[in-house]
Amino acid sequence: MNVMMLLEMANAAFPERTAFTDGSNGDSFTYAELFEAAGHRAASVRASGASRLVKLDVSNLATPLSLFTSAWAGVPFVPLNYRLTDAEIEALLKRVTPAYLVTQVDRVATLGAVAEVNAVACADFLDAGQHTQAVEGEWSMDPEEVAVLLFTSGTTGEPKAAVLRHKHLVSYILSSVEFASAGEEDASLVCVPPYHIAGIAAVMSSVYSGRHVIQLPNFTAEAWVQLAREHKVTTAFVVPTMLARIVELLEAQGNATADMPHLNSLAYGGGKMPLSVIEKAMKFFPNTDFSNAYGLTETSSTICVLGPDEHRETVTSTDPLIRRRLVSVGRALPGVEIEIRDDEGKLLEAGGRGEIYVRGEQVSGEYEGRGAVTDADGWFPTRDAGSIDEEGYLFLEGRADDVIVRGGENLSPGEIEDVMLTHPDIADVAVVGIPDEQWGEAVAAAVVAKPGASIDIDALKTMINEQLRSSRVPAVISVWPELPYNETGKLLRRVVKAELSQS
Amino acid sequence: MAELKTGGRFKSAVCTAEIMVVSAPAGDVDLTCGGVAMLDSASDAATGGEIHPDHAVGVAIGKRYINEEETLEVLCVKNGDGGLALAGQLLLQKDTKKLPKTD
Repeated sequence: MNVMMLLEMANAAFPERTAFTDGSNGDSFTYAELFEAAGHRAASVRASGASRLVKLDVSNLATPLSLFTSAWAGVPFVPLNYRLTDAEIEALLKRVTPAYLVTQVDRVATLGAVAEVNAVACADFLDAGQHTQAVEGEWSMDPEEVAVLLFTSGTTGEPKAAVLRHKHLVSYILSSVEFASAGEEDASLVCVPPYHIAGIAAVMSSVYSGRHVIQLPNFTAEAWVQLAREHKVTTAFVVPTMLARIVELLEAQGNATADMPHLNSLAYGGGKMPLSVIEKAMKFFPNTDFSNAYGLTETSSTICVLGPDEHRETVTSTDPLIRRRLVSVGRALPGVEIEIRDDEGKLLEAGGRGEIYVRGEQVSGEYEGRGAVTDADGWFPTRDAGSIDEEGYLFLEGRADDVIVRGGENLSPGEIEDVMLTHPDIADVAVVGIPDEQWGEAVAAAVVAKPGASIDIDALKTMINEQLRSSRVPAVISVWPELPYNETGKLLRRVVKAELSQS
Repeated sequence: MAELKTGGRFKSAVCTAEIMVVSAPAGDVDLTCGGVAMLDSASDAATGGEIHPDHAVGVAIGKRYINEEETLEVLCVKNGDGGLALAGQLLLQKDTKKLPKTD
């Protein structure tokens, strides 16, 4: 079992098809070219003596090439976040030496000076003339070998390196993608960063399905819309903040629909999608299939999907239970089991709020230097809070660590946020706990008004109190122009908390 | 007879077919292609010979094959003219559910 096998099969079945196109310059690889290039780069990596292949740059053709090269060479692939500071990057790089580093040209000299780092500019890595030696022999088929080390975007403490073995990634692809299922005309627009698990999953699933990938290195709504139209894109994945910006742009352009008749499917995930955004998006893309995907780095990407039929059903239904599912992340993929447990680890019944546990072939739950945090039966505690309804639909409630403890009572920010988001003037909301002398923690909220709307705080509190117990009504509600998100759409709750704690 | 481990790769002795084991029963099993025992993909053992006419159904790249009890599942990674069988019983092509594209 090896990630290279996915490319080997694509190369055998449709070698002449275009595999990847860099949307910023139009350069591309066919599957045959990518396969051959990976073999030659694997020889260079082996000759360097490196034990890791590190990629530090925006999405480009070196992204898929370095992933498959590392699999062939038998060294873990380590994509690093190019948005980190120089000091942060250097600290992470030192944890993965001896390293073969593929990076931006202006970083080669400085990072190449780090001990045991062989730095190569992306253009030189892609230049076939500099890699003329073919690799000897096949790649390893040992399913236990490490395929990817991915530093998680943990909001506290030193980043942890999640360990994904070949068996996890290949299992994920085999259980979620049908080989060669894409047509010649299928094209996928990939705008998630290459150091994100969704970026790695996009490379593998596109290769296995035979779908042409158009890479968008630096997301802007304008570039996304332009590339989607130009390449007649049929599939795309976005994080909620990206979809919000796309919808804003389409609104500003004043058209009734997005004018992208080729876009068959649009998937989103990576954070909580505001109901107002998804409802508007479904109007702009009336013939597009929407899917909501939920997954973690430690689970090799997607574990739960809310599919297109469910999206349509929730919009047309009058049953509040079914309508509510539009804000769920759907049901577990085949081969994935999900449970909700309470603080003592006891299994909860349908509807109970607690921590999400997951188990399956694609679930790693392992960190470098710390081993696996899965329990004896293979269950991984995600540290995400949530609940599952009678039909198996999973609802996210934020991080388990975000639970507010007020006077000994555990309050879920997600529950309060869901109610506040039903207010007609509220576009976005974040609920956090702030220090309180009397209660230990008090509930506080930052809200964003819809364009042109103003928010009556007292009326809002009354509305919340009509639907939830008084302990859940925020003591502090502050109106903000926008909420802080990171570049992959994750709400920076600690920033909200720090700000509201000072007010 | 060979022990099949998940992720293990085997090649046909009588055609171009290759497979990867997705799941397998414990212990030694008799996995054949074209009616002849399959070889570990790294094996140097001689190949050639004839496909048994009852086992000439072929395998297609990307398709999954299972036995009736669903204790064995393999993925075809290279096309071939031979058919796969476990202890003489031809494997069946597995139906796959279509999932929404998410990445």
